Amino acid sequence: MNPNCDEVRELLSAYADAELDLARTLSLESHLAVCAECTARLQRLRDFSRVLRERAPYHRMPAALKSRLPGLLDDDDGRAAAGPRQHGRGQILQWALPIAAALTLSVGLNLLIGSRRADGALVDEVVAGHVRSMMVAHLDDVASTDRHTVKPWFAGKLDYAPPVFDLAAHGFPLAGGRLDYLDHRAVAALDYRRGRHVINVFVWPAAGAESEAEPLTNSGYNIERWTVGGMRWWAISDLNAGELTSFAEQLRAAAIGAE
Amino acid sequence: MAEPHLDAAYNLARWLTRDPQDAEDVVQEAYLRAFRFFDGFRGGDGRAWLLTIVRHTAYSWLKQNRPADLHVEYVEDETGLHLHAADDAPLHATDPQTLMLRQADGLRIEIALRRLAPEYREVLVLRELEDLSYKDVAQIAGIPIGTVMSRLSRGRRQLRRVLEQLEKTA
Ligand SMILES: [Zn+2]
Repeated sequence: MNPNCDEVRELLSAYADAELDLARTLSLESHLAVCAECTARLQRLRDFSRVLRERAPYHRMPAALKSRLPGLLDDDDGRAAAGPRQHGRGQILQWALPIAAALTLSVGLNLLIGSRRADGALVDEVVAGHVRSMMVAHLDDVASTDRHTVKPWFAGKLDYAPPVFDLAAHGFPLAGGRLDYLDHRAVAALDYRRGRHVINVFVWPAAGAESEAEPLTNSGYNIERWTVGGMRWWAISDLNAGELTSFAEQLRAAAIGAE
Repeated sequence: MAEPHLDAAYNLARWLTRDPQDAEDVVQEAYLRAFRFFDGFRGGDGRAWLLTIVRHTAYSWLKQNRPADLHVEYVEDETGLHLHAADDAPLHATDPQTLMLRQADGLRIEIALRRLAPEYREVLVLRELEDLSYKDVAQIAGIPIGTVMSRLSRGRRQLRRVLEQLEKTA
């Protein structure tokens, strides 16, 4: 295939970064060999990149902040987060206190609020599980949009069969699944999508009454959790709260329908 | 946490908030989240891990404190010229880019980069200033590698356009 100049133009930047795959690299290079214009463009891109790297300001962390950071962790209630300026202090407290409060509750008041404590710790685990999943190259151990591929993959890996539903018709395609560890047990993690947003769904057997989806926001992520069909479900995403609620409703309805 | 990682964290926060004090708030919050909430670093690339949290914190912070900043839009087409027609013009004798490059000192680059929408600014900072791979940039920004590719390509063109405009009005 012989690419034209317009196609080449779109790829030059990645080529200059040595980030183009082999097939496109070869086809682009064969074009460069015969096109002076694109070759000149490539040179300009490289010059520009070099200028940026040489001259764009790099903002190193001020020494005062660097020395203050470890102290943030020492203080139990996050008050050490207060910087030298009042404005900053207020904002940090606003952010840090809910986290600190959750920790204090989970440590100090566990006898008083047993189930809430358990959920509080679980929120941390779910958020951590979600963040971890976003950090790895391959989110899923079984990557498939077909629930008949994803569901059997869990057989033999878990002591229960996680319900897997196809919500593509509702705009939430399945992308795959993997094992995760939550609440002191191995659980199924299902990966649904909404556009470029990943929705992690954790599901495991749980006793207890069926419940409506209950929304929650933590650490900047939206969460929905509910119980249906003897399973506890947690969905977490950076998707906006409204769309995640509608996802939770679809999934909940699918599970009720399957009962 | 290694010092270069802290510098990288602050640099990204600074470019996203465009303010030294706000960057401090974001970094402190991100640090708390990173080490108190997520129980510290668990292997892999420490810099990418911290930058992911910093980026997320910066966006939450902006959403709460300066939502208008999330909608910074460099208007690329105000003169009616199409982007690729204008800034990828073939090289000729009085090449404006040569002129622009000669004049592009740090301050001017800073002004120009600050004018880009955050989604373009961040990929440029992560690629050109942190020298991260497309894969790492994709992870940190939570976007597919193909999107990193197109945003960098577009971001570079936009930045060049802004620099050229700055040069003209200087
Ligand atoms: Zn060409």
